[in-house]
Parts: sequence; structure tokens; C-alpha cells
Amino acid sequence: MGVYVIKMPDIGEGIAEVELVEWHVKEGDSVVEDQVLADVMTEKATVQVPSPVHGKVLALGGRVGEIMSVGSALIRLEVEGPGNVADEGDVAPAESSGMPATSSAADNDASGASVKAAQPEDASSKASQESASPVSSATSGGVEVSVPPARSQASSTGRRSRPLASPAVRRRALEEGLDLRAVPGTGPVGQITHEDLDRWLQQGGALPAATAGTGQSGMLLARREGVEEIPVIGLRRRIAQKMQESKRHIPHFTYVEEIDVTELDTRRQKLNARWGEERGKLTILPLLARAMVLALREFPQMNARYDDDKGVVLRYAPVHLGVAAQTDAGLMVPVLRHAESQDIWGVAREVRRLAEAVRNGSAQRDELSGSTITLTSLGALGGIVNTPVINYPEVAIVGVNRVVERPVVLNGAVVVRKMMNLSSSFDHRVVDGMHAAEFIQSIRAYLECPSMLFVE
Amino acid sequence: MQSTNVLILGGGPAGYVAALRTAQAGIATVLVERERPGGTCLNIGCIPSKALIHAADEFHRLGAGGQAARLGIVASQPTLDLPRMNEWKQGIVGQLTTGVQALLKRAGVRVITGDAVVLDGKTVEVRNIDGDAGQSQRVICQHLVLASGSAPAELPMLRFGGRVISSTEALVPQSLPDSLVVVGAGYIGLELGMAYAKLGTRVTVVEAQERILPAWDTALTRPVQRRLQALNIELLLNTRLLEGDAEAGTLVLQPAEGESRQIQADQILVAVGRRPRSAESGIDRLMLDTDGPFIRVDEQCRTSMRNVWAIGDVTGEPMLAHRAMAQAEVAAAAIAGQRRRFEPQAIPAVCYTDPEVVVVGMLPEAAQAQVGDVLVASFPFAGNGRALTLDAADGFVRVVARRDDHRILGWQAVGPNVSELAAAFTQSIEMCARLEDVAGTIHAHPTLSEAVQEAALKAMGQGLHA
Repeated sequence: MGVYVIKMPDIGEGIAEVELVEWHVKEGDSVVEDQVLADVMTEKATVQVPSPVHGKVLALGGRVGEIMSVGSALIRLEVEGPGNVADEGDVAPAESSGMPATSSAADNDASGASVKAAQPEDASSKASQESASPVSSATSGGVEVSVPPARSQASSTGRRSRPLASPAVRRRALEEGLDLRAVPGTGPVGQITHEDLDRWLQQGGALPAATAGTGQSGMLLARREGVEEIPVIGLRRRIAQKMQESKRHIPHFTYVEEIDVTELDTRRQKLNARWGEERGKLTILPLLARAMVLALREFPQMNARYDDDKGVVLRYAPVHLGVAAQTDAGLMVPVLRHAESQDIWGVAREVRRLAEAVRNGSAQRDELSGSTITLTSLGALGGIVNTPVINYPEVAIVGVNRVVERPVVLNGAVVVRKMMNLSSSFDHRVVDGMHAAEFIQSIRAYLECPSMLFVE
Repeated sequence: MQSTNVLILGGGPAGYVAALRTAQAGIATVLVERERPGGTCLNIGCIPSKALIHAADEFHRLGAGGQAARLGIVASQPTLDLPRMNEWKQGIVGQLTTGVQALLKRAGVRVITGDAVVLDGKTVEVRNIDGDAGQSQRVICQHLVLASGSAPAELPMLRFGGRVISSTEALVPQSLPDSLVVVGAGYIGLELGMAYAKLGTRVTVVEAQERILPAWDTALTRPVQRRLQALNIELLLNTRLLEGDAEAGTLVLQPAEGESRQIQADQILVAVGRRPRSAESGIDRLMLDTDGPFIRVDEQCRTSMRNVWAIGDVTGEPMLAHRAMAQAEVAAAAIAGQRRRFEPQAIPAVCYTDPEVVVVGMLPEAAQAQVGDVLVASFPFAGNGRALTLDAADGFVRVVARRDDHRILGWQAVGPNVSELAAAFTQSIEMCARLEDVAGTIHAHPTLSEAVQEAALKAMGQGLHA
């Protein structure tokens, strides 16, 4: 163990003093090579000071806000092997600590080694989310491993700033993120061999090169090799099958129309102001669901499932509205049963409850199947247009795009209106384009004249 | 307006190697070169000078007083077909530069021929594209690599022009001057001076310092000095140049002692070193940190400006092609996101005088100063069979090692073809070899390299043939 002192670097431009703005480490922290230790500020810029070595922070050289001169001791690190102040004989503090090797489990997690797994095999099953057992922390302990006796330091002590190693060893160490100065060499003249590196790595002396490129934009250009295999299982497999079934069977056509929701939104805000406390806040979605229910009275052919094996379309009297929801495991479509029988607050409550149920995995089977038409919305991420995939074997899906304020010509004047597109897909085998268009225009009429939503 | 990931300024050994490597890594790369790829090295440096030196050697060997006669080979006085020699030499240059062009093309590097002007750290304007003054183009890049190289240094009192030439012109002699004054007894001046002398020119070498090749010790340079004498090259050491007249070809010299004198020559070769092109092409606009005339870089060849890199001669001594190429590899790897550093243990230096000189690692004096107790041992080529059969026994191989653990710190050699020993020397140092490692390696017989083994043995006190 040695002590390695990092001095306040010369930032250039003839600056003699800099202000210490922020510490990124504290005493006792393990640091790795290239890790940013502190931010310092000159008159011109804030500069990050990285660590040139792996080690553990013994002492910070200043307080935030302090003006420090270039060349003063910024930080003292404890490092494997001789430090850069060994000759001054002040390595004593290092004796007391039974410091583990520089690697830690936390660092391993950071490198992405920990895996979240265990998707529900069936969408209806309890969507249990557990993480896999944490990565074996074999590298984290301060394991005593017998290290071959270091050669007699003889006259070379204090000049080890440049480690002895062949070019291949030096390059490998660099790529592994290892500081060779810390690695004991066993070669005839104390050079570090490949075997020494192997041993050092086994002891956990090095960290994966996870820190490579931190803050270096050059890394963006890195060409990477390797392929990760991700099994398509559980819910993901179900999603894949459903999507493929839908696209294979159904000739989709998508119809996009823009809706002026200025009034609808005003109404919604008024309703929220009046009833929000009591009945819960409304979003656009329950209003849209209501509009769909009303429009489906005129266009019952949209509220259907097409059994193409039997060659029969099943039109449903009730509106069982599928509401697409994103969960950690993937896309799920809980079903709002009998949407036609609920007022907007009822719809809002039920949508909230279902979304929560699928997210925490408590949704029941009948809450996840049996929809007759589907509504899909990405909320603020809704974009301006999308091409929704029909929830097979249904025949229609209504997609909601983002609400944006846009200039609109209204009565010969350009005014700002809240506009929202609906992007809807239909099964062209059983839904004709004109009927689809009329259906959407009907929804539009309800939304643009929101009083109609409340007229039975 | 063009955009690219990497823009490399200069197509010399630094620039073209960096371009090949970034392009091979799949990074869009543009290389801007004023003339032909290959830079000074291939076009007007290492390669044509070695060709000229070889041709001069061959010519001289057969001539009156040449070595062929000593071997019992007597030829009628050879004649020199200078255009043919130039043609042969330029043929080699052409072959190599065409090869570089082909490599660049194959790697997918876009080469723009024109004058680059750096506008800022991410924008370069290329003017006079393909020699057309009206053609210019701006290129925007994420990474700018400065590899603009170096140019022969000029003396303020003796500008290039008229009878005053630089190495560039000396490498393509249109006619052979009767007399040539070489200003500067560094490696460029001596290599070319000796070659001209062998071709029949009367050569005078003027050097301000007290010895030739002043960076190296006298033991190492003495065989070269002996050869200069044998070639009737007049050596004026400790002599400063006061003034010169490029038209008349006259120089006023001031020896350390005595009166100033005037000399006259058909041509005057100024070989006082090279200056980095670190402030041209708008590079000065970037206000990069510098070390003297050089651009300051870190061990990954980063300059003080983010994503601006510098490699090769613009970054400092030694201004050698192989250092430039090694830096280029490092910079390209760093740009590609790999971890690499430029951290050689030793950079070989080779001087193609007659005899050749090679220096790798520490000289005895420097080792003594830095390490303290060192072993130094020389093995003379007079004891090496192969050197004798080459009729070139003046010279030696010398090793410098630590006394305590026998780790080799440096190698020097002077003698015939010793440039080829550079690889063995450098490798032993990079591999942290001990004297025992070299001594315990079987060296082929009869070769010059036996002297390498013998030097190691001698340093261990176990010399065999000495």
C-alpha cells in the first residue's frame, strides 16, 4: 500500500489559482482510474479533475469554495503498491485500514452485470417481478491471496512511476482499466508478466472497463463488437405472437383525422375544477371513451370480433373497451367492461384501477381479455400520427395522438386551438373505408361539441 | 459543406496511418493533403534520400579509390546518368505513394487534395482543390487531427533560393554541383553531404558546435568522422555562419578562433533542422497550448482543445516517421473509443551516414546520470567475421544496462547496415530484457548481430571474442 497524492493540475492559460467547486468523492470512497474526483473552476471554465490511478480516498485537500493554488495537494489516495510519496515516509496512515481490494459489488452493478428477469410466462398470471439473485460478489471482499514475494526493491524504489512491462502487457492492462503501477511484477527485473496480470485480475484488482470513456465524447464513435442474446419469452413472446397474428391476418388500413379539442379541454378543466376533488380528475381519455361509446351506437360494426376461421363477424352489444397500457414487462391491454354503462368519472376510475392492476401484476384474467374495441394512447408521447396494430381479432383500434396548440383558420381568422389527431386502424376485410371515416367523423363531432357527450 | 467524423490534416506517416486506422474502425474519415499522400518521408525525405545514398554508394564503390578495387574488382571509371538515377529514385517514391493512395482508398478514406485552412476546432476549409484556385469546400468534423508535419528550417541570413537549397531540392539534383557547402552536421546534412561527395562533388560541412551529430557521444560518431575525412569532406567545426549571399554562393564564416573567412560554393545546402508546421494552415487560430514551437499533447495525443488531436512532427522531438506512425495508431484508437497510450520505452533513431548509426534508449552518459551505476560494453566490428567480409569493420555495438539487475537501458551501434539492428535493440528494451536474455539467445553466424550478443556478454564480464 502506498499513498498517492494528486496535485491541483495546471489548467493552463497561466492560471495559478483555481476555485474548488465540487467534490465527486468523499473520504473512504474507492476510486478508479479516470473517475472524476472534483470540479475546479477558473475564470474561464469549469474543469473536471480525473484520477490517474485506482485507489481509496484518504483525505480531501480542500473544501468546496476554497481557492487552491496549482500544484497544491488536491487529494490523497491510498493505492496498491508504492504510491508517489513513498519516499517521504508518510505512508503510516495506510497501516490501520483493512481496506478491501478496490473492486466493490456496487461497481459491478453499475457495469450492468445485474440482471432483471423473470417475466410472467402468461399474461394472465401474476406478473411477478423479481430481480435475479444479485451478482456474485466474489470480487468484493478483501480476500487474502498469497502474492508472490516482491523482488528486492534495491535501488529502483521510487523510480517505479513507469512500470516495467512488455508492450503487450501494457496494452492489455490499459484495456482492462488496470493501473500497472499497482500490480506486483514477478519478472526477473521486476517486470509485470501476463501471469501477474491474470493473478491480479483474479484477485479483483481491476474493475471492468466500465469507466472507459466517461465524459469523453470520442467514445461515441466506438465500434463495438459482440451480440447479446435476449430470449423472447413470457409476456414478450405473447406480445410477439399477438402482433404477428394481427398483422398476418388483418389487412390494416389507417385513417388519421385531426380534432379540435379546445372546447373539450376547457370543459374538462371546468369539470375538474367543480368535481375533481369529489370524483377524481379527468383526462381526455374518459371523454374519448364516452365519444366512442356514443359513436358505436351508429356504427356497431366497429365493435366486433371477426372470426375468420368460421367466416363470421360477432357484433357486440356491450362495449368492452381495451385500453393499451405499458408495463415494465411490456404492452398489456386491460379491458374496461361495459364502458357503455359508465359515466366519464366511472370510466376514469376504472381505467386508473386497471392500469394500476396490470402494473403491479394483480390484474385478473377476465380483466385482460374479452375486449371488443381498443383504445391506445401514449399521452404526451403520442406524436402526431401512428399506425396502431389492431388487437386481433377485433376490427378497429383508435389511437390518440398528442394535444398541441396550433394555429388554425377559424371563421377566416388564424387562431390558436388545441388540436389532437386520432390515428385509427381498421380491418379492411370487414370495415369499408367510408364507414371507418364516418365512424371517426362521428367521434370527432362528439369531441368538438362536447355538450353532446352528456346528452342521452 | 461536407461533414465527417474525423478530419485529418496532412497525409504524411502520421496522417495517413491515422486515417487508415479510423477508417478501418468504421469511422467516416476525410484526409486533406496539399500534395501527394506520404508526406515528407515518402516524397522528399527518408525514402528518396535512402535511394540517393544507395546510388551514391554503388557509384563510389566502383570509382577510383572506391572499395571495389580493394576486393580486386577493377572497373573502368563509371559515369553518372543523373536523370536515370532520379528516375529510378522517383520510381520508388511513386510506387510507395501510389500504394498509400490505394490503401486509403481501400479503407474508405476520402482524400481531398488542397490547402487546408482551419477555421475552428470543428471546421476546415479546403482551398485550391485539385489545384483549382476557384475550388474550395468546407468540411465539418467531430474530431480534428492535426498532422501537418514539419518543413526544413531556414536561416534568417540565408533564405532558401538561388544557390541555397534545402534537403528537398538536394534530393532531386538536376545537375551535380562541383562544390557544395552543407550548413549543419546533423544527420540530414551528413547523409546528403556524404552522398554528394561520393557522387563526385567537393563537399564542405560547416557546424557551429564542436562535433558532428552533436546529440551523440564522440565514440559513436568517430567512425563517421573518419569516413568524412576519407571522402575528403572538409569539416569546419566550431564555425558560425555570419552571412551569406544566395546569388553568389558565398558564405562568411567565423571560426571559434581566428579571423572570419569567406568560402564559395556552387550550392549551399542548409540542413540546420526542421521546424514544425504548428502555426500554419490556421492552426494558430485554435490557440492550442504549445511546448516551444510544438503543439502540446497528452499521452493520447489530445491537444488542449477537446476533440482536437495532434500527431507527428507538430508534437515535438524526435521528429521521426516511426514515432509519428505510432502516435497515429494511438490517436486513432482513442478516437475509436479504445484505451491506448503513447508510452514507448524507446524510440529508435537511425542515421544513414557511412557508416550507419543507430541509437535506442539511453546513452551511457544519460544512464549514468539518471540511474547511477550502469554497465557499458562495446564490441567492435573488427572482431566480427561478417563485418570483415563486408569490408566494413569500423564500428561497434554498445550496450548500456543497470548494474544491479542487468536490465538493458540502451543500445548504440555504428557500422555497416546497423540500421537493421534497430528492431532487436528496441524490442529488447520494450521487453525489459536483461543482458542474460540477449546473451542467452543464439545469434546466427556469421551476422553483424553476433556483435549484439557479444556486447551483452562483455557487459556481463563474459566476453567471448573480445
